[in-house]
Amino acid sequence: MKEEMNSRILRTLPREKTFYFFTSIGNYTGESAASLKEFMERVKTVNVKSLEFHLSRGDFEKWITEVLEDKKLALDVWRLQKSNLLGDSLRNQLYITVSRRYKELVAKPIFPA
Amino acid sequence: MKLKNNALSLDSTDMEILRALQKDSRETYGAIGKRLGIAHSTVYDRIRKMEQQKVIKNYTTTVDVEKIGIRNITAIMTVYADPKEIEKVAEKLAALAEVLEIYTSLSEELLVIAKVTAASQEDLHEFIANSVAPLPGVSRIRTSIITKKFKETRFQLR
Repeated sequence: MKEEMNSRILRTLPREKTFYFFTSIGNYTGESAASLKEFMERVKTVNVKSLEFHLSRGDFEKWITEVLEDKKLALDVWRLQKSNLLGDSLRNQLYITVSRRYKELVAKPIFPA
Repeated sequence: MKLKNNALSLDSTDMEILRALQKDSRETYGAIGKRLGIAHSTVYDRIRKMEQQKVIKNYTTTVDVEKIGIRNITAIMTVYADPKEIEKVAEKLAALAEVLEIYTSLSEELLVIAKVTAASQEDLHEFIANSVAPLPGVSRIRTSIITKKFKETRFQLR
């Protein structure tokens, strides 16, 4: 059951569900993420203004909740939004948050011997 | 009105009639004829021919939307796309109600330039994020929201 939920969160999304990174209203960077893994990778490389723009609007939290359906990560991202971090501090913290969750989701369950 | 090198050739009377209609498309055949010194039936015949040949494409009404309380925002959107996909991108965008005008243009890169409208900045963003960015071949989008209009007209015959 848990594995099923994890693979749902980790699935690759169609174009219409993909996250598109903008730096401001109507200004698309050309970067997108069609899965949590891609999202984690883009957080490292995308223009930091884009991270600030989407985080302040609650776009990441919304996409993680409604599309990836990962309430746990959405809550962590919401907490980050409240921290008012900017620039590279925001990038680093967001990367730590997303990559920690990603590692949890891809880790194989340990069964007792 | 004659056909010359696949283009319709209009005489000075046709051009005068078109100028009159561009100024006021509700002006009567009689009024136009009186001013030009020709019978109203001649004006009628010439207008009919120009309609049939699609020289006159339509008669429209320009509405001052602000006066009726519509406060839509307008923006100029530049879409950078893969040259192989650019025509398809433009065709898909042309079918959307939010797109008022759309062109392809070649500057340093091949671009799609569109005039778009939305009820608010948020709606504009939603439209671009959900309907433009996901189109195959789109690589970047730049959007400028129009803050003040100084002139808007169609090509006027001189």
